[in-house]
Amino acid sequence: MTETMASRRPAGPRLRVRSGAGRRGGSARTGRPWLWALPPLAVLAVSFLHPLALVVRESFSGGTAAYRQVFGSEAFTDALATTVALAAGATLGCVVLGFALALVVAFVPFSGSRSVARFIDVFLSFPSFLITLALLFLYGTVGMANGLWTGLTGAEEGPFHFLTTPWGVLLAEVTYFTPFVMRPLLAAFAQLDTAQLEVASSLGARPARIVRQVILPEAYPALMAGGALVLVLCLNEFAIVLFTGAKDVVTLPMLVYSKAILESDYVSACVVATVDVVLSVGLYGLYRSLTGRSSRRARAHA
Amino acid sequence: MPEHMMSEHAISEHAMPEHATPEHTGARGPVGIRFEQVTVAYDGTAVLEDFDLEVGAGEVMALLGPSGSGKTTALRAVAGFVRPARGRVRIGDRDVTDLPPHARDVGMVVQQYALFPHMRVADNVAFGLKARRTPRGQVAERVAEALEMVGMGGYARRYPRELSGGQQQRVALARALAVRPGVLLLDEPLSALDARLRSGMLAELDRLHRELPDVCVLYVTHDQMEALTLADRVAVMDRARLREVGTPRALYRAPRGSFTASFVGSANLLPVTRAGEGKVRFGDTELRVATPGPGDGGAAATLCVRPHRIVLGDGGANVLRGVARAVQWRGATHRVALEVAGHEVVADVPESASTPRVGDRAAVSFAAEDGVLLDD
Repeated sequence: MTETMASRRPAGPRLRVRSGAGRRGGSARTGRPWLWALPPLAVLAVSFLHPLALVVRESFSGGTAAYRQVFGSEAFTDALATTVALAAGATLGCVVLGFALALVVAFVPFSGSRSVARFIDVFLSFPSFLITLALLFLYGTVGMANGLWTGLTGAEEGPFHFLTTPWGVLLAEVTYFTPFVMRPLLAAFAQLDTAQLEVASSLGARPARIVRQVILPEAYPALMAGGALVLVLCLNEFAIVLFTGAKDVVTLPMLVYSKAILESDYVSACVVATVDVVLSVGLYGLYRSLTGRSSRRARAHA
Repeated sequence: MPEHMMSEHAISEHAMPEHATPEHTGARGPVGIRFEQVTVAYDGTAVLEDFDLEVGAGEVMALLGPSGSGKTTALRAVAGFVRPARGRVRIGDRDVTDLPPHARDVGMVVQQYALFPHMRVADNVAFGLKARRTPRGQVAERVAEALEMVGMGGYARRYPRELSGGQQQRVALARALAVRPGVLLLDEPLSALDARLRSGMLAELDRLHRELPDVCVLYVTHDQMEALTLADRVAVMDRARLREVGTPRALYRAPRGSFTASFVGSANLLPVTRAGEGKVRFGDTELRVATPGPGDGGAAATLCVRPHRIVLGDGGANVLRGVARAVQWRGATHRVALEVAGHEVVADVPESASTPRVGDRAAVSFAAEDGVLLDD
């Protein structure tokens, strides 16, 4: 027995030496971490970066002439302005509405609040055109609202025509993207110590002050994260604009579609697509820099 | 604490906040709390039942009981976080049962401090003052006073995360006191602290109450030592009901029920039968007790004897003989457990005393006035 034990003893140090050598020698895991980054980078390069590079290269296939032509067209400047305005408006609407609804779901006791919270998770999985279709059923030219109106008044057509205007697109985007703000907010609210709210209340603070000075600062990072997500998604939203049938509402993704598919003008489509990418990244960067400092401060405090 | 805060002027000012709005004007002078038949129920299950209690102005009342006894519910009923299904809650002469929490003029400190993490210490303390629209010029002064009061004057610029647990609890206390509430609600405020810090904070709370004698304090705890140390009176609660109220000394020395006897301090609860005026029988042994009352012969009763009132040997008026089953060294004392007439009798004897060995026959005794006959 003693001999056996003795004969086993050196095995430990040998194992340890091997382990140490592995660390010093630079195993694939610790010594060359970039090796682990290669597979996902390769997938990314093949599936995303290469096509993106092709788009950018195509946009410059005639030098900068295509850019000058696109930038000089009224259709492009209108589409650019519409895209930014819709994305900014929808983001603002989603942030305000999402915060208010999340507050109600999280802090106002009512039966079914848990079901509502669960439904939000399901809602996130819905395709965007589905919401637009639902709005069409409600407010479309032959939708329920107009049908009710014509049925009641005998008029030839109803008064609701906003769905094919920018306001219709805005409504659809706010309806569809608000849960994207609510979800991170509900998670943040769940982490909030309710004793803080009770103590604030006992100190004489009314609900509005508690929301402003206790809840909002602590949920701020989640609110900003949700807002950033909505901004980027709205900048590139295609299905909602297409399904509302708003012919006068042309956003950059719609312009890419019409240039590439309807006009077969691939170079111009690539120019607009490149501008759309730059715009998305630029606005996202601006948004994060505007909100980043306060988010970092709030995170540090948390 | 600054001298000017200890003056009579400061005390009367404390009782009548100059900033008080109509909603906050309940506390004009020292106020107390009155529970009138308060019942709170969740989903049909009563968590506080027919609760009657009056806490005087300037009094420290401890609500003492195990988990689920209803003590925190009673405190939350005063704060306005639970609505009684029945009964009324009054602060001073105001019926606050239907008032929202922000209109009740109470200060509150909870177990986990509940400081606002994104605010500096000074902003935390100023929160209630701003919420009550204290004139801006007075806020800084009152914040500094409150922080000085709890010995945290040098920490105003810190964030809560930069403070220890004990320091955070002091800040929470300063935040509650800064608004000069008529009623201070303390919900297990020391439970999250380690033993050494807890002992220091107990002394601190005791000092604060001496400095703010008009503040009515409702102190919820499951720790009998905190209750006995701090409270003017203790309300013992069990299973949603109030069992007994009395001074710590009275509850300890002469509890009426066996729950109070065992929860406030440790106790030997011996099943006895009454054997005439001032006499009971425990097994074959007749014992003399000082508790007055009818000596219904043969009626069952419970005798409470505190372990530290029992001595080794047969020198006392009441002598119990049995076999030592356990001897534990506890630092300043030994706890000796004897089996007497099929029941365990424990005695806490000085560490210097000569104790029996396990299995030895031994005698213990106690004086007649140390045996308390209980109601149940």
